[in-house]
Amino acid sequence: MKYLTGKPGWMLLLALGLAFPFLAKNDYHLTVMSTAYIFAIATLGLNLITGYTGQYNLAHSGFMAVGAYTVGILTVDHQVPFWIAFALSGFTAAALGFFVGLVSLRLKGHYFSIFTLCVGYIMYLVIEKWESLTHGTVGIIGIPAPSAIGPIAFDTPRSLYYLVFFFLVLAVFVMGRIANSLLGRTFMAIRNGEALAEALGMPLMRNKLLAFMLSVFYAGLAGGLYAGFVRFLGPGVAGVEHSFDMTMYMLVGGLGTLLGPLLGALAVPWLTQYLQFLQEFRFIVFGPLLVALVIFLPHGIVGTWLGWRARRAAAAGPAPAPAARSAAAETTPTDAQPGASRA
Amino acid sequence: MDLFLQQVLNGLTLGGIYSLVALGLTLVYGILHVPNFAHGALYMAGAFVSFHLMSAWGFNYWLAMGGSALAVALLATLAERLVFHPLRNASGLHPMIAAIGVLLFLEAAAQAIWGADFHRMQTPYTGIVELGGVTAPVQRLMIVGAAFGLVVALHLFLTRTVTGSTIIAMAQNRDGASLVGIDANRVSMLTFAISGVLAAVAATLYAPINLVYPAMGHLVITKAFVIIILGGMGSVPGAIAGGLIIGFAESFGAFYISTDYKDIIAFALLVAILSLRPQGLFKGAHG
Repeated sequence: MKYLTGKPGWMLLLALGLAFPFLAKNDYHLTVMSTAYIFAIATLGLNLITGYTGQYNLAHSGFMAVGAYTVGILTVDHQVPFWIAFALSGFTAAALGFFVGLVSLRLKGHYFSIFTLCVGYIMYLVIEKWESLTHGTVGIIGIPAPSAIGPIAFDTPRSLYYLVFFFLVLAVFVMGRIANSLLGRTFMAIRNGEALAEALGMPLMRNKLLAFMLSVFYAGLAGGLYAGFVRFLGPGVAGVEHSFDMTMYMLVGGLGTLLGPLLGALAVPWLTQYLQFLQEFRFIVFGPLLVALVIFLPHGIVGTWLGWRARRAAAAGPAPAPAARSAAAETTPTDAQPGASRA
Repeated sequence: MDLFLQQVLNGLTLGGIYSLVALGLTLVYGILHVPNFAHGALYMAGAFVSFHLMSAWGFNYWLAMGGSALAVALLATLAERLVFHPLRNASGLHPMIAAIGVLLFLEAAAQAIWGADFHRMQTPYTGIVELGGVTAPVQRLMIVGAAFGLVVALHLFLTRTVTGSTIIAMAQNRDGASLVGIDANRVSMLTFAISGVLAAVAATLYAPINLVYPAMGHLVITKAFVIIILGGMGSVPGAIAGGLIIGFAESFGAFYISTDYKDIIAFALLVAILSLRPQGLFKGAHG
């Protein structure tokens, strides 16, 4: 068990990801996996604001759609090269996130979630109705595939897989750095107790806004990848169902852990694949599953395992090992510098 | 002027329906402090049960409404027992996600039973009444009458009966209510049942001038959330006033601004108001 934690574990996952195209039986599996990776990137973002910072954002899929439409509109209607449009996708989402966050983060708890639910609806309705910009319900057709970088072309499912995998690895790496930095600890301190965090000198609004923008940056980037990968966009991308899906991924794996959302985002789509006959009715199974998870396993698979390991470590040695959940409570008081993002 | 009165009638119709849905939502929030995202699914279930009772079993309109109210009240009580009761001490995030689980389940179940198609609900009231130059479909007038009748009945129940007062007491102070011997379990179940009845009646009233389909609850529930935020979460008068505000804003907005964007009006109003007053328009019991 010891060899599977920390660096070796991540290296093993990396090796598995690299080897997957050679193990997969057909291109369809590659496509399923690549789509799962794209949603995993977005879920990582959602986990930053919800799992680490404690603000449940229901407009997340809206921001993903903003990133996707950035790529779609720029490449199809304005002939902008894919990579330039893609580079902009995350920033467009983050820029919009700045304004949405400015208003919505003044609200606490349930109010924030309900408010963002409404913001998500506005995004969906605007995409659907603003036909001159977004092509309305018809959607954007014929988005170009990512253009070749030097000798590497992205014209096969395998090369696209590696492209998406590259961004996933990057996303996980950066998220790991954020979570383990002072900034990440600040976010967790805010989640664990806003009043205490503020009393320790952490500016609440600035940190929450930063977490929100980083989180929707991930969503926008995932949206940009989605546009280049699926090459068709409809207003459905912004649908709140996608936010619900990501919530489920995050919860199955474990809120507020790095591995959890990743695990959930990869495991659940595969489970759905094997429940093919349920496709349309998958929520008859997943709905009660979500409820059962919340009641019986509220920390998800990874969270429960981390808790179990921490308890065992505490029982074995005299030195109390900080569990993943309580780690943030031990953050040293400091005037965090949210401006200097380590991301 | 006639057109103006027509919009007033539309506003009252929409406002009445929104108030009923929002009342159920706000009562549940007052008791459990859970934003019940599944409330829209209860509304949808109410419409489908009525539709089924009428089309398959040949019930008449009012009997179907009663049957549907009973069925959805049972469903809501069951959800309280199986889902929200075990989570009553959990952190804010988890009951919210559980509510989403219930919502997804109910929608998928409705789709499995009745299919994803749109259905039209029959109503015995298809006539039109001329009132001083305004043509008013009877169904709309009935919605206004029934909705406000129900609101008044609910108000009397909450303020004039002991059982109703226990709900108010529980919303005001949970510990205090327990201290004077109010059974928290009973009140929770009762509140969920009432919210189910309100949702089913609202759905059955509104469905004949709209359509019945599995996703029909989405917009209604989001607007109900807008309403209870405007009115103060947990506040009963706030839900009624908020429902009317949104109803009028939508009917006049659709007429004077744009039909295309009428669904955005409620949300835009929310964004505008919360930007200026984060605590909502009326400070409610828990605002």
